[in-house]
Amino acid sequence: MKKKIYYFVLLLITVFVFLLLYKAIFQNNSYVPSSKINKKINEFSARSLFLDNEINIKDLISQKKITIINIWASWCAPCRNEHEYLMKLKEHPNIILIGLNYKDKPSKAKLFVKDFGNPFSTILKDPKGIISIDIGAYGVPETYILDNDLNLKKKFIGELTFKNFEEIIEIANR
Amino acid sequence: MKLKKYLIIILIFFFQSNLLANNNSLLIDKISKNLRCLICQGQSVYDSQSDFANSVKFLINKKIEEGNSEDEIYDYLINKYGQWIVYDPEINKKTVFLWLFPVILFVFGGLLIIRKVFIN
Repeated sequence: MKKKIYYFVLLLITVFVFLLLYKAIFQNNSYVPSSKINKKINEFSARSLFLDNEINIKDLISQKKITIINIWASWCAPCRNEHEYLMKLKEHPNIILIGLNYKDKPSKAKLFVKDFGNPFSTILKDPKGIISIDIGAYGVPETYILDNDLNLKKKFIGELTFKNFEEIIEIANR
Repeated sequence: MKLKKYLIIILIFFFQSNLLANNNSLLIDKISKNLRCLICQGQSVYDSQSDFANSVKFLINKKIEEGNSEDEIYDYLINKYGQWIVYDPEINKKTVFLWLFPVILFVFGGLLIIRKVFIN
């Protein structure tokens, strides 16, 4: 009887460990961050790209429905791909679009928006990448949708796709 | 004589600032070795030269200069990126199994060995 219990417990543990590892095989092994939805991002100040004056993010938030912060750089290829969507989002009456220029040379950043068009109402500089870390970013490009109180509504990591674009429009139209 | 005094003062200042800088860099190394580079495969922030890792290292330096303690820096980064960023996650509801499982296995294995020894 004792031997039976022993084998049963051993079998139970084996099955449990197997199931645990089996489940892990199908999990995405790249890190998917908790998006911290509905949490407030830290208020920050940064210098603007064109005027080089210090601006607080709070001063840029208008009474429009949503504020979008897009982290980008002129050296980032996916940023070029998503640029067309940003240009379209610029036209939306409920959206204010702010660019956060990540670890870039101001001259190159200016050239980028000159060549491809400037979708942003204001571009802030983040030369050391510290502001991006403060709002929880990993790199470029990343897009944050905020309400007027700086609460994070949605976060897109990586290049914006058409599906993401539609999602943003839907949020703005709500 | 006066010159000597000035020279000593200058030397003290020089070495003191060097010593502080050295202390800072040791602490930056220590903290960054305990942080996972979130965009790299299997590298710590210390090992990586990615933009993300370099920004984190810069931020650690800034936080140290602002007078933040080591734990405060970890807490700040955990708040931004979750427990995943630290190699040594704290014990909470989500990680309790991770911490307890090896202990359970160890105790269970130990009991099996003891049992075997006593039977023999």
